[in-house]
Amino acid sequence: MPSLKQMSANPELLAPGHRACAGCAAPAILRQALHVSGPDTVVGFATGCMEVSTTIYPYTAWKVPYVHCAFENSASTIAGAEAAYQVLKRRGRIPADKKINFIAFGGDGGTYDIGFQALSGAMERGHDMLYICYDNNAYMNTGIQRSSATPRGASTNTSPAGRAVPGKQQDRKDLTACMVAHNIPYVAQASVSNHMDFMRKVEKALAVEGPSFINILQPCHRGWRYKPEDSIKLAQLAVDSLYWPIFEVENGKWKINYKPKEPIPVADWFKEQGRFRHILKDDPEGVIEWHQEQTDRRWKELLQREAASQED
Amino acid sequence: MAELVGLTGNEAGAEALKDVNPDVAAVFPITPQTELMHQFSSYVNDGEVDTELVPVESEHSAQSACFGSAASGARTVTATSSQGLMLMAEICYITAGTRLPVVMPVVNRALSGPINIHCDHSDAMGCRDSGWIQIYSENAQEVYDNTIQAFRIGEHKDVLLPVMSCLDGFILSHTMESVEVIGREAVQGFVGEYDPAFSLLDTQSPISIGPLHLTDYYFECKRQEVEAMENARQVILDVGKEYGELTGRGYGFFEEYRLDDAEVAIVALGSTCGTAKAAADQARENGVKAGVLKLRVFRPFPGDQIAEVISRMGAVAVMDRAISFGLQGGPLFNEVRSFANGRCPNLINYVYGLGGRDINATEIESIFHELEKIKDSGQPGELYRYIGLRE
Repeated sequence: MPSLKQMSANPELLAPGHRACAGCAAPAILRQALHVSGPDTVVGFATGCMEVSTTIYPYTAWKVPYVHCAFENSASTIAGAEAAYQVLKRRGRIPADKKINFIAFGGDGGTYDIGFQALSGAMERGHDMLYICYDNNAYMNTGIQRSSATPRGASTNTSPAGRAVPGKQQDRKDLTACMVAHNIPYVAQASVSNHMDFMRKVEKALAVEGPSFINILQPCHRGWRYKPEDSIKLAQLAVDSLYWPIFEVENGKWKINYKPKEPIPVADWFKEQGRFRHILKDDPEGVIEWHQEQTDRRWKELLQREAASQED
Repeated sequence: MAELVGLTGNEAGAEALKDVNPDVAAVFPITPQTELMHQFSSYVNDGEVDTELVPVESEHSAQSACFGSAASGARTVTATSSQGLMLMAEICYITAGTRLPVVMPVVNRALSGPINIHCDHSDAMGCRDSGWIQIYSENAQEVYDNTIQAFRIGEHKDVLLPVMSCLDGFILSHTMESVEVIGREAVQGFVGEYDPAFSLLDTQSPISIGPLHLTDYYFECKRQEVEAMENARQVILDVGKEYGELTGRGYGFFEEYRLDDAEVAIVALGSTCGTAKAAADQARENGVKAGVLKLRVFRPFPGDQIAEVISRMGAVAVMDRAISFGLQGGPLFNEVRSFANGRCPNLINYVYGLGGRDINATEIESIFHELEKIKDSGQPGELYRYIGLRE
């Protein structure tokens, strides 16, 4: 991977002037990925925040080839592009030594939920592509609705903190584990707060032959209810609280990429966010305590998996 | 080298795809299409074609992979039926609206509710406004011929629209017929190299495909799609003529069977036209000057041309193998009637054959006799009728 200094000299492949919200962390994810993948990259997007904000006709922020088809098919659309690349190279219509990176992006709604089947199929078929999920814990583009990535207790517009039901009743799906279960060469969980780690993961993911998947946490100040300038801080708190550990699974070997010396309580992450305000005020169901237990359990399992991988 | 072989409709479709040797094929099973892509998958795995096969996990992903592939400048195919077409319908609109000339045999089958696996045209009719060109075949020979022509039509620079090559489920897909195939070399010569103007894979000249069109551009974009469909009319005729010069089998918008001196006629799509021709012969033996307008191209709809022909008739029945709830008459009838615009006053509709209900020559002959009565009385009576239905 080039150094930060070298990367800073490279042209930006996502132009400024797109219409993402002030303080949105998602464009940083796109720029970081493109710094690693370079200009020979085809990007696919699910319908969502980044699709809407980067390509309002007749403008585009993309300086690499970009394709958007629909909400649930970022993976299958890019799978089709990758299939075309394989055959056109074989038939001599693309030079045999021309390497093109294929990256499909989707938000958590487009990945955990409606695009889950297409993602699973593309990974199983073994296309040489990277799928990056930018997980902001809800359907943010349509105005903050719960997804299967939304944490238990969070208030969204389809799981509002009401008088009878205090926010979302179910916890999130562990999508990263689902992708590990696909036995693909590379799976990682990342955070926009840890940019060098993320870029190194993109590099690894693109280097493997076959499919790879990265799930990156992207705080959204509109949905999580915090100050726009705090996006990176919120991501860091998620990592430091072990709510969102960053790790990678390379050919089945688990490795934790960052172990906070002194993890903070998940409540410290919760209290920065308006979506949990109701349970911070009154938590008769003990949701925060429950989250702490779940977080501790998951971290323990992660440590065990890492240790088992080292023993192999 | 032209050669006569025995092929089912599905095999004829697969044979056409084999001779075209497309770049990418997305495959997913659904009855009665399944065997078409079975056969094509065998061609791939036996090395007879070097197409990249994408064995997707759903029809939705089939059409999505086709979208990504065609956007990458690859000649792209898939095939489907019924529920599969409905599942991919969302993406069918996007493929057309993005002007990607995917070719797709649609093996027509009834839509569920209740589930049924047999032929009717509800599936393709459900996508009639998706922006796809739709061509229907009467027999396995036409399946082969139409599927080959679909590439030239869709890929024409003035068109750039996807094409459905429709064939009746089971009635054609599973019936062995004698088919003249013209072979790889002739087909390759006919379809030529696919040379798209844009490709996602051209990283030197990056383009964005599928951007958001708001109130300021969406309407104009759709208007261009209308223009493309209009341009397809001439291209379909030119390609059909050129194919005729190559094979001796030329094609237009429709075939006129014994219409020159006909006084009553049936307008229909697909395999029923073969039965209708036999019924017309029979009716003529019984004193009725009967003929058949076999419609080949449903989109773009050659309404003026149909109206010109049927306006010469004393009475005409339009046969619909699909239903349109809450509308008087099936979709084909209403298209024909809107173009006839009173020029054919004795115009009636028969809905028939839903869910694969058989229709035979005797039944169709009875329609000719009914038309004869209408012609003589000048009273069309009930416009919207069923045939072969237990009430």
